[in-house]
Amino acid sequence: MLALFVAQNIAFGVIAVVTCVSAVRMVTTNNVVHAALYLVAVLASLGATYVLLVAEFVATTQFLVYIGAVMVLFLFGVMLTKAPLGSTVSLTGKQWPIGLAVSLLLGGVLAYAIVDQFDFDTELPADPTIFNTADVGDSIFSTYLVPFEAVSVLLLAALIGAIVLARKD
Amino acid sequence: MLVNQFLLLGAFLFCVGVYGVLARRNAVMVLMSIELMLNAVNINLLTFGYLHGTVSGQVFALFVIAVAAAEVAVGLAIVLLIYRNRSNINVEDLDLMKG
Repeated sequence: MLALFVAQNIAFGVIAVVTCVSAVRMVTTNNVVHAALYLVAVLASLGATYVLLVAEFVATTQFLVYIGAVMVLFLFGVMLTKAPLGSTVSLTGKQWPIGLAVSLLLGGVLAYAIVDQFDFDTELPADPTIFNTADVGDSIFSTYLVPFEAVSVLLLAALIGAIVLARKD
Repeated sequence: MLVNQFLLLGAFLFCVGVYGVLARRNAVMVLMSIELMLNAVNINLLTFGYLHGTVSGQVFALFVIAVAAAEVAVGLAIVLLIYRNRSNINVEDLDLMKG
């Protein structure tokens, strides 16, 4: 059973509450910039979750790539498309009850499947195998070399594609 | 720490992302909701990597982050293109391909 007063579990509780509240506010707020800031809160608390899962390098990458780069792209997108600022126009479409029903159904099925497979006694190992950044790098450049090269080509293609699409001609 | 708590957090975030994709009208906000779903997947990858004591979870989480960055760049370029052509990025009005 879950021991509530272990430091990791207290940290997880705080992080989970911040994540869930920010995520729900992100999809319900009527201000695009507020939604972007709530997304920053979600991504930062997820980075903290990755630290709890002893994945420091992924957490660092999360902060650098998501909060650093992706959020700037989003704010550029908001700025360049002159999204309605302020709460004059509702950003939620008229089909929201269907979306809510679909996501509740999906959530119910996922939660049932997870609880069915991993009951509330399945603990994560207390002394996990620690993989530092060198181990991650070794794995990427040996076992996963081909996927790594594929991701490199994908990034190049995305870069060229974004330039070609956004260019004025 | 339980396995469940991380998996349920991931499932909740994924469902919030699905709701955002289906219910939001602004195309930029749809892209933000997709980011939420991709991050929910990362939690699962890292949890199972921790549970089974393998580094593959972290490696694939990094791949997911790279693919998400590429997706955002191309997605926002497409949104900008739509805005330039139609002065509007409301996904409800984009029904050119509707039969």
